[in-house]
Formats: sequence, C-alpha cells, structure tokens
Amino acid sequence: MAAAAPDGFAVTITINGEPRSLTIPPSTTLLDLLRERLDLTGAKKGCDQGQCGACTVLVNGRRVNSCLQLAVMNDGAEVTTIEGLGQPGSLHPLQEAFVAHDAFQCGYCTPGQICSAVGMMSEGHAKTEPEIRELMSGNLCRCGAYSNIVDAIEDVMGSAAVREAAE
Amino acid sequence: MMNFSYTRAETIADAVAAVAGDPDARFIAGGTNLVDLMKYDVMKPGRLVDITRLPLREIEATDGGGLKIGALVPNSDLAYDQRIQRDYPLLSSAILAGASAQLRNAATTGGNLIQRTRCYYFYDVATPCNKREPGSGCSAKTGVNRIHAILGTSDACIATHPSDMCVALAALEAVVHVEGPDGQRTIAFADFHRLPGDEPQYDNTLAHGEMVTAVELPAPRFGQNHTYLKLRDRLSYAFALVSVAAAIEMDGDVIGETRVALGGVAHKPWRVPEAEALLKGKFATRELFGEVADRLLQGAKGFGDNDFKIELARRAVVRALTQAAAGAPQVQSNKIVN
Repeated sequence: MAAAAPDGFAVTITINGEPRSLTIPPSTTLLDLLRERLDLTGAKKGCDQGQCGACTVLVNGRRVNSCLQLAVMNDGAEVTTIEGLGQPGSLHPLQEAFVAHDAFQCGYCTPGQICSAVGMMSEGHAKTEPEIRELMSGNLCRCGAYSNIVDAIEDVMGSAAVREAAE
Repeated sequence: MMNFSYTRAETIADAVAAVAGDPDARFIAGGTNLVDLMKYDVMKPGRLVDITRLPLREIEATDGGGLKIGALVPNSDLAYDQRIQRDYPLLSSAILAGASAQLRNAATTGGNLIQRTRCYYFYDVATPCNKREPGSGCSAKTGVNRIHAILGTSDACIATHPSDMCVALAALEAVVHVEGPDGQRTIAFADFHRLPGDEPQYDNTLAHGEMVTAVELPAPRFGQNHTYLKLRDRLSYAFALVSVAAAIEMDGDVIGETRVALGGVAHKPWRVPEAEALLKGKFATRELFGEVADRLLQGAKGFGDNDFKIELARRAVVRALTQAAAGAPQVQSNKIVN
C-alpha cells in the first residue's frame, strides 16, 4: 500500500496534454496545484467550497470542481483547463461563442463556465434550454450573464447538431 | 487545512485495516464533502485512506432481480445508468435533483450516504455544536434555524441529513453492504442513518473502520407511479427545505403498497410505515393524502425560523402523492410544479 508523510507524495498528472511529474503535499488541491505551482491561472478560486463552479476543469474528460479535488488523488489523470481548450488565435468554439454572444461581464466565472459547458456537451444529457440551464447550475455568474451564456452554448450545440445531421 | 498523512489502498482489506487501526484516519473517495470540511477545520483527520482505486465501480444484477451498486459509482453515472432510469426512475430523479453536475461527477454512492449535515453552526468552528464537539451545546436551537429539522430532533441537535439520493433509497428500501475489521455485514436502509439523541456526533450506525462497499436495490416495483418533489430556496443547486420521495404500487385504480420518505426535515430520511399503510386498498383522494401527511408529520416541532416547514411538508406530501398516483413525476430540469 502506497503511503506518504505529510510533506510530499510523487505524482504524475497530464495537464493539457503534457505529463508533469511533481512532489506535492497531500493537502494541495488540484486548483492550488494548477494556479500556484504550474502558473495556470485560468481556473479561478471563487468560493473554494464547490459552490460557485469558477474552478471547473475536466479530469479524464469529466467536469469537476478542482477546489474539492486533492491533487494527490489525481495521480495518473488527464486534466484539461481553459488554457488547454484554446489559445488566442485558435479558440475553442465555445470560447468564440462566448465572445460573439457577450456571455460575460467581469469574466471571472468564464473559464469555469466554458469548461463546464464542454463537459456538459460531452455528457450529452442537455437537449433543451431548460436542460442546459439545469445542467449548468453549478456555475454561478455574479454579473448575471446567464441568458447570453445559454445563447452561446445553444449556438455551439446547434452547430454540432447541424454537423451531425449532415454526416 | 491541517496537514495529514495520505495512504492509497490497493484492497478493501488494506483500507479497512488502515482506518480501523488509527482513530484519526478517515476514508476518502469523491472528497466533495470531506475536503470542504477539512478546509474549515470542521474535520481534522490525521490520515486519509484513498479508496478510489478499489474495484467498487460496477452496477451488477443480483439473484433477487435487483441491482448492487458499487460504493465508488459516481452519482452522475448512477443517475444516468439505463437500468436505473428504466427500473428505478425515482432514484435517478432524486440524484439529479441534488448538487450540481460537477459535484455529481465526483461524488460517490457510498460518500453520498455518509456526507454530513450542512447546519451552519456545524460548519462554523467559532460556535458551539454538539455534532462537531460533543458537549459544547447546540447553537441552532435558538439561532438561525430555517434549514433545520422538525422531526426526530433532540435537545442536543436539530441538524438534518442533506442527501436527496438517500431519501429515494429509503423509499426503495435499499440495503447497505459494509465491510469492517470484523468482516462484512448488511444494514437495512432505515437502520443506516440514526436520530441524534444525545450522541449527535454519530450520523449513522457504522463503526470506525467500517466502509460502505455497495448499496443494493431490491427488485423494481415502482417504475410507473413515483415522484421526487424537492422544494428549496432557488430552482437548482440548493439543499432541500423539504423533499418527498413517493412511490405507489397501483392495482388499477386501487392503491397497493405505498412508500413515502421525507428529506430536509430530520437527521435521517423520514418514513412512517403506519402512514403509508393508510393508503392500502383505497382509491387515491386528496383527503386521504392529507391524512397520510398528518400522520407522517405527527409530533413535528419547529424552532422558530423553520416553523413554516411543517405546513410546507404537509402540502408537499399531498402534492407528491398526487403526482405519483397520476404517474406524472416531477421533472428535474423544468421546475414547473404540475
């Protein structure tokens, strides 16, 4: 049985396609690892309690609150953050749609909103606007940009549906 | 968060031995509740035993025609499993009424059972709380208690169990499989959680070192007439003020067996078999549902801010039974109450 003292545990986590081997204290959350050790500050620390969704990232393709994940427990996992979804010049379709629909004001919740929407689309359970709203309810927006966020997501989901129908 | 040692278990026996042998050790799986509690020093385990690599991720058919759900099956996987959606729609609905998609992706079946109360004072280490620190007193009884229990309370504690999933599991009479230092045993769902009494520090009847390994559902009976009605301060992503899991076995227009469990009102999912029995062999009427609600809520007591829950629960029971009898379950995405 693998065990570690409080000071450090060796893990390898693939982050945005790049394997990273690190020694971390067990108490480090995935969010703090990303922001404080790896300088990936896209995922935001809002409530740090799993109540706001600003820290949402994809772990093995599934959206989770990175503030409630102990990094050490994600040894061997593949993590995708907003930085891994797209970059200036090669934006993810959802990033483009958020810009086109003005789906943010201050922008603090946006990386979490977009990672969450990517996760929701791959889960495939949202077909209607009420379902999008319900399945995005883990991402709060204090500016209240919800209607434009839903529009942006519907836009990308609609494009995906059109593509699928054409194939 | 206080620092702690971390152990990664390879077998169930390893995990059980590691926790049983260390009074300060706790199991960790999804972590969605425990990590949060550790950040606020509400829980301060000296050692965490990571059980996420154990082979407890399957949903298997049982000889009795039911399903055995591994303790590590994530809440979202369980809710969307085709067998669960087809044969146990009440369970699927209750799970999807709870938390957020992100939390359901991480939270596990076993962890949902052993999550702790969201009582404000339990979380606030600057205030007395008998559940967090036995003997220190209960701040909620005379404090802000809008979310607190109205049934089964004690002088020591008026906290509620926060789970939606467990309310459905109570109604479905699931069985909890556990493994501990003395071997394996099963616990009827009604006996898994407990009332606070004078030992509110214990949420359930597990001994230290005992681990939930599976939750077993009996053969399906309530695929048609059921509902999970959850009432809360916002439409999504909030804990229940009152919730009702209702399931009815109809024989034509006549009611056969009924199950009703309440959430958000007690230290455990609240069932009263005598109340359910009032419906047997009867036609569904609003008056009869009201009698069931009255019996379910017999002895209910508010503490000021939560007095409204008594009438809210009464009406919610009537509404839920009406939905269930009509075969019109509450939809969890569009919250228009029908």
